[in-house]
Amino acid sequence: MNQEPLLVVEGVSKAFGGVLALSAVDLKVYPGDILGIIGPNGSGKTTLVNSITGFIQVDRGKILFKGRDITNMKPHKIADMGLTRTFQVMRPYYSLPAFKNLIVPLFSPRARRTGGWRGGGKMGSRDTVAVDILEEIGFERDSYIPYKTASALPTGYLKRLELARCLALRPEIIICDEVLSGLSMSEMASMVPLMEKLQMEGITLVMVEHRLRELFRIANKVVVLNFGCKIAEGSSDEVMESKEVKEAYFGSEEEVFSYV
Amino acid sequence: MEIIIYGIINSVTLALMALGFTLVYGVSRLPNFAHGALYVLTGYVAWMLMYRVGLYYPIAMVLSLIITGLVGAAMYQFVLVRIRGMAISEIIASYAIGLAILEGLRWGGLKGGTITLPPFVDGSIELIGVSVDYQRLIVVLIGVLLVGLLWLFVNRTKLGLALKGMAQDERAAMTLGIDSDYMAVVAMALGSVLAGIAALVLFPLGSIVVESGYNVLIMAVAVCIVGGLGSWNGAILAAFIIGFAQILTQVYLGAHYQVVVALVAIIVTLISRPSGLFGRQKELEERV
Amino acid sequence: MSEPAKDRRKERLDRGIKVRTDGIYAISHWTEIAYLLTPRLLFIVGLLLAPVILIPFPYWQRVLSIVCIFALLAISFDFLANYVGLVSLGGALYMGVGGYSAALLNSHFGLPPLVTVPVSTVLGGAICTVLLLPCLPLRGVYFAIVSLMFPLLAGRIIEALDVFGGTDGIMGVDGFSSGWVEQYVLICSVLAAVFILRRMVSEDVGLVFTGVKDNDQAVKASGINITTYKAFGVFISSMLGCLGGACLAHIYMWAGISQFALDFSIIPIAATVVGGGGTLIGSVIGCIILVPISEFLRDFGTLRIAVYAIILTAFIVFKSEGIMMYGTRKYEQFERWVRI
Repeated sequence: MNQEPLLVVEGVSKAFGGVLALSAVDLKVYPGDILGIIGPNGSGKTTLVNSITGFIQVDRGKILFKGRDITNMKPHKIADMGLTRTFQVMRPYYSLPAFKNLIVPLFSPRARRTGGWRGGGKMGSRDTVAVDILEEIGFERDSYIPYKTASALPTGYLKRLELARCLALRPEIIICDEVLSGLSMSEMASMVPLMEKLQMEGITLVMVEHRLRELFRIANKVVVLNFGCKIAEGSSDEVMESKEVKEAYFGSEEEVFSYV
Repeated sequence: MEIIIYGIINSVTLALMALGFTLVYGVSRLPNFAHGALYVLTGYVAWMLMYRVGLYYPIAMVLSLIITGLVGAAMYQFVLVRIRGMAISEIIASYAIGLAILEGLRWGGLKGGTITLPPFVDGSIELIGVSVDYQRLIVVLIGVLLVGLLWLFVNRTKLGLALKGMAQDERAAMTLGIDSDYMAVVAMALGSVLAGIAALVLFPLGSIVVESGYNVLIMAVAVCIVGGLGSWNGAILAAFIIGFAQILTQVYLGAHYQVVVALVAIIVTLISRPSGLFGRQKELEERV
Repeated sequence: MSEPAKDRRKERLDRGIKVRTDGIYAISHWTEIAYLLTPRLLFIVGLLLAPVILIPFPYWQRVLSIVCIFALLAISFDFLANYVGLVSLGGALYMGVGGYSAALLNSHFGLPPLVTVPVSTVLGGAICTVLLLPCLPLRGVYFAIVSLMFPLLAGRIIEALDVFGGTDGIMGVDGFSSGWVEQYVLICSVLAAVFILRRMVSEDVGLVFTGVKDNDQAVKASGINITTYKAFGVFISSMLGCLGGACLAHIYMWAGISQFALDFSIIPIAATVVGGGGTLIGSVIGCIILVPISEFLRDFGTLRIAVYAIILTAFIVFKSEGIMMYGTRKYEQFERWVRI
């Protein structure tokens, strides 16, 4: 751990009306990590993702990416720096074919800079890159699936499409907001190696998840949130042993006994 | 003194104009762009009933309100219900209906300056050194009364509570056995009647002209955007802000600039606080 | 026709042409080329020949120019609403800004119409974009509401401040050198606008616009500044409107507050809905149908706005796909008998 952290979150707080959705959350993500963020429903996971990626403004605290302050920057600027995200509620462009969905990120300034678009301006070259990315992410190239309208795709493919949209930007970090939830067992079984493949390619992943079993297989560090506070941090085993985490998920022992 | 008294009157006027619009939008998320048309329609119908049919003034008023309510309900029942949920179509259709009513009225003989409703009570009174028409006092009185009654209606009656439920979460309200289409019709009728009441108390101050329909629509929309669409407290507060701002510009900058106030208020609101004064985060996500 | 046949069956005319998806064609015979080109050529040639056909009726030549002006406005509305996702109820703003800037350039700087028209197109587009800039973050209903207020207030402000000739407007603007110039400038602009925009929306930029319309959050997450693209969309659309406004000022040799009037907002919307939203051609067809009706209704004064509004409502409620979509569907369903 002698490296510089890629993403630093320092004491970030956010309140909606009177409800404190995040209170002084700290986080460090190192290059090559797969960081898991878990927590019960309503613990502030998605709010944290939204704050980091600039989709909501934080009240207090600082967020640094590659040493630069990105607190409350516009989402598109943050994405342009190489920090992208998927959405929990999938947001494809429903009226477009799957591969055309990738044209939008490929058209962005970042993709043009980083060579996400390699074709050199010829017609259709961006389409080719788009299909390449889709194949990488598990769309069968020779099938009809990459050409299907996004509204006709099943959930599994839509989740992949979300990831593909991020990949098109050649990002350094992808924050995955529940990419595994809502998938069938077989879809999930193919998603996990995909995440590992992305890690091998040098992309740092932050995964916000409900599926603890799959997450613990791949994450090298886990952060647990509850009621907007970070209650535990460490390897998956350490975290599961922690008393606070058990209380957060199962209720405190006293509480349990009081029901008996 | 003058500024304060006329500011209050102007603010209540704006609030009256906006109440119906914000009620309909709050309950059924339907921007009723025919609001101004319903406003003028009520005035015209009341005038017709009084001078062409020869009814007593109070009877003519009640009848015209009923007619406007029915027109509003019919508008929803026969046209708008078919395009619920398609925001663009809702706007265009309700705007088109409003235009049809307004321009139809203009063609039918509403050509400015000639027809007026009589004030309820003639004369004026000295109020702390400022002379005020009785009619303007009545406007304030009715405005305050209306807001109070609406509050009671929404918070104390079953129908009102159902409307409030719809406003907060339509689907949840449906699972509790509230017929959302029926409620939307009720809201639409109620909103039209509110527009009508505003018309009946405000028209005696001037003459019935088609242009006031567009005015009312603009002012209602301005008030609602500044206050946060669908929020009543916000609308009333915004009415006071814009109302006083208008009077102040009128006094210090001249009446010419008064028309700009609404637009400036909207733009400033949108830039500084897009959800409006009382808008909630959820609405913010919807609009920005 | 419908007698049961053992040795033949019906086949769609485009059966051999259409492969899997829209827009990919496999053409192998001149009949197939003809099948595809006929409606397109009919439209283009028809529009180009219209002024010649109308020589005996000078009045209707003028109407044709007005049709084209409304067509430009309608294309501008259609593009902004159905491809960028911003519904602008204030087309009259573009009209007025274009008209006033052309009139000012002409009367103050003495520029000829063929210079003022392109200049005020670009200039007016820029002005409108700047005016609408604060409203761009708004979506759907909110943008519509605010855009509606602009032309209404613009007229009032000019009236109240008594600038640009106040209520009288700017008189003595030069006309086009001849009716032919006027008509062909407009017809070529309409054809060019349709052609360019139809190409553009299927290019990559057009996909970004679709992205902004379908779901702007994802576009933001893709590192694209949506306000820039919205502003670009508004710029294109307001350029078209200003082009129409500039031409109108030269045709009537006058620019005034009535260029901010409701007609210019409502007729293009009605034409787009009647013709079929999202097709661009549809809005032109809508204008070709609606504007002459407006001429017939001229005697009834403002009633024609009411008539439009009713037509508009009826189409939105009962036939929301519009004439263009309906026509395309029917054209593709033409069948012929083939021997088995």
